[in-house]
Amino acid sequence: MKIHEYQGKEILRKFGVATPRGVPCFSVDEAVKAAENLGGKVWVVKAQIHAGGRGKGGGVKVAKSLDEVKGYAGQILGMQLKTHQTGPEGQKVRRLLIEEGADIKAELYVGMVIDRVTQKVCLMASSEGGMDIEEVAAKTPEKIHKVFVDPVAGLTDAEAGTVCRQIGIPEASVVQGRAVLQGLYKAFWETDASLAEINPLIVTGDGRVVALDAKMNFDSNALFRHEDIVAMRDLDEEDPAEIEASKFDLSYISLDGNIGCLVNGAGLAMATMDTIKLFGAEPANFLDVGGGATTEKVTEAFKLMLANPKVKGILVNIFGGIMRCDTIANGVVAAARETHLSVPLVVRMRGTNEDLGKQILKESGLPIITASDMADAAQKIVTAVAGK
Amino acid sequence: MSILINKDTRVVTQGITGKTGQFHTKMCKDYANGANCFVAGVNPKKAGESFEDIPIYATVKEAKQQQGVNASVIYVPPPFAAAAIWEAVEADLDLVICITEGIPVRDMVAVKDRMKKEGRKTILCGPNCPGIITPDEIKIGIMPGHIHKKGRIGVVSRSGTLTYEAVGQLSDLDLGQSTAVGIGGDPVNGLKHKDVLELFMNDPDTDAVIMIGEIGGSDEEAAAEWYSKECRNKKPVVGFIAGVTAPAGKRMGHAGAIISGGKGTAQEKLAVMEACGIRTTKNPAEMGKLLRTVL
Repeated sequence: MKIHEYQGKEILRKFGVATPRGVPCFSVDEAVKAAENLGGKVWVVKAQIHAGGRGKGGGVKVAKSLDEVKGYAGQILGMQLKTHQTGPEGQKVRRLLIEEGADIKAELYVGMVIDRVTQKVCLMASSEGGMDIEEVAAKTPEKIHKVFVDPVAGLTDAEAGTVCRQIGIPEASVVQGRAVLQGLYKAFWETDASLAEINPLIVTGDGRVVALDAKMNFDSNALFRHEDIVAMRDLDEEDPAEIEASKFDLSYISLDGNIGCLVNGAGLAMATMDTIKLFGAEPANFLDVGGGATTEKVTEAFKLMLANPKVKGILVNIFGGIMRCDTIANGVVAAARETHLSVPLVVRMRGTNEDLGKQILKESGLPIITASDMADAAQKIVTAVAGK
Repeated sequence: MSILINKDTRVVTQGITGKTGQFHTKMCKDYANGANCFVAGVNPKKAGESFEDIPIYATVKEAKQQQGVNASVIYVPPPFAAAAIWEAVEADLDLVICITEGIPVRDMVAVKDRMKKEGRKTILCGPNCPGIITPDEIKIGIMPGHIHKKGRIGVVSRSGTLTYEAVGQLSDLDLGQSTAVGIGGDPVNGLKHKDVLELFMNDPDTDAVIMIGEIGGSDEEAAAEWYSKECRNKKPVVGFIAGVTAPAGKRMGHAGAIISGGKGTAQEKLAVMEACGIRTTKNPAEMGKLLRTVL
């Protein structure tokens, strides 16, 4: 689960990380009032969307007067902000963060993720802040410093101090830098984060170490123990189809192609998408109906796929195993009837009661094309869609 | 022969009284030598009772003392599953297979760290995996037993149904399996591809291996590099990686199936595997056929 920058900063402050003073706003009036209350002469107007790269897309502006705050807030609120992470259609800006300006002397980077090889939290830090860290890692990997944190000891004073010096935090500010790194680690661990990133972390003219940005993602498997974080969820930032899918315990992700696919199991679902591509078409979605696919679930899955106007055909690929093919067949027939299916449908089923399943599909009178294996199924749906 | 489990393995089921635990315990007991293998269950509140004639104990330790169990299978719900893993590790079992999906990563980091620091010998398989099967001997997990055939091909995979797909293809070609191991789709887990590959390489009754991976992490690359260095000419390995069409930054069902920071793409994994002498296919309908060509 993702949250906004201002929410990430709220969390970081609780763990002792310094951030600029700022106020989240939902309207231009609120933005101007927030700037007035913050005082000072320089403010930053920041679009709050879940995607990164907001600055380059024109979603972050420095204002030198209240009029400018008003102007920028009006410009940014409601805009379709396009970044390398939003896709070509962009993401609508509905929230702003108005912050006091900062006197930046140095821009650094710190981030944390779970390292799958060492199975520990990995702290990454670099003197190259404010840039795309993946680019830094690719071009100048020697500028990235890593610490694999012991989960019992946590990030020690010595480890944090060493990293501060490696990334060029001046000696007089190292105590503060250490507090930031240790606070970030505690925030990461205690909130069950999957990513925590401050980019840039700045050193100010007067030697303070401040988080100018904050990005946090959370392990969705751990949300049951973090009500406060669940409350930060912003459904406006998520794909409506994916939200709808989650209500029915379906795992769904929208893609750009025109062939909808319904599969049981995540690995097989990906493999099915890949097979569609192999035969020259593109999948419209990833959809895993899970182990216990009931008629209701299959029907909901059909509705989801068909709600996408790009879908010109559907491929159902079920490896029945323990699940019976006749149950699946009944679900597919019921779903096709209920949704008045008008696009080609190819079904490939394998497992217990396979023949019975095929018979149910055949006797339904619906124009369902059956397939013997995954490749056959993909070929048939690609041909059917191309012929339409 | 086989790896990890055989007809003499004695299994305790943690979470035997839940719906999933009950359903699959019955299926496992009915498969091959299952009735002699599934000898104990654990539930502190139902100690002294039984399920399908399998006695239930309060703790894994007690099940070990009473029934001589050396392996465990876990169906315990996610919030308590890491503690269940630790209980089995603390009882010094040889093998723990954790089926549970949805365990917080932090819990796995903590339990794996404790296992390493205390130098525990217990092998963990999973979590979020279908389990392990040695055909015609024993099935520990949720896979459909009937699609398997006894034979000499090793199978290792991060996925459930995609593994069944591969096994089904092999069985259709009359290529039986020595053991099929599902290592699970979580980012922090026990057995890795490399570990299982190593076991198969040293198993006199496995002739070739099919390795099925997916996007995310670098587990497949590590296994391929190890194979290239240590065993390149020992036994052939073929592979498939799911997720060529998966977009970056999106979690594809499995918690571990995500391309992050441009790393862990299917293309990258396939290239490394090929360079390391593992033949791959981009057509998942041809995994079995590909394996046949290397025998």
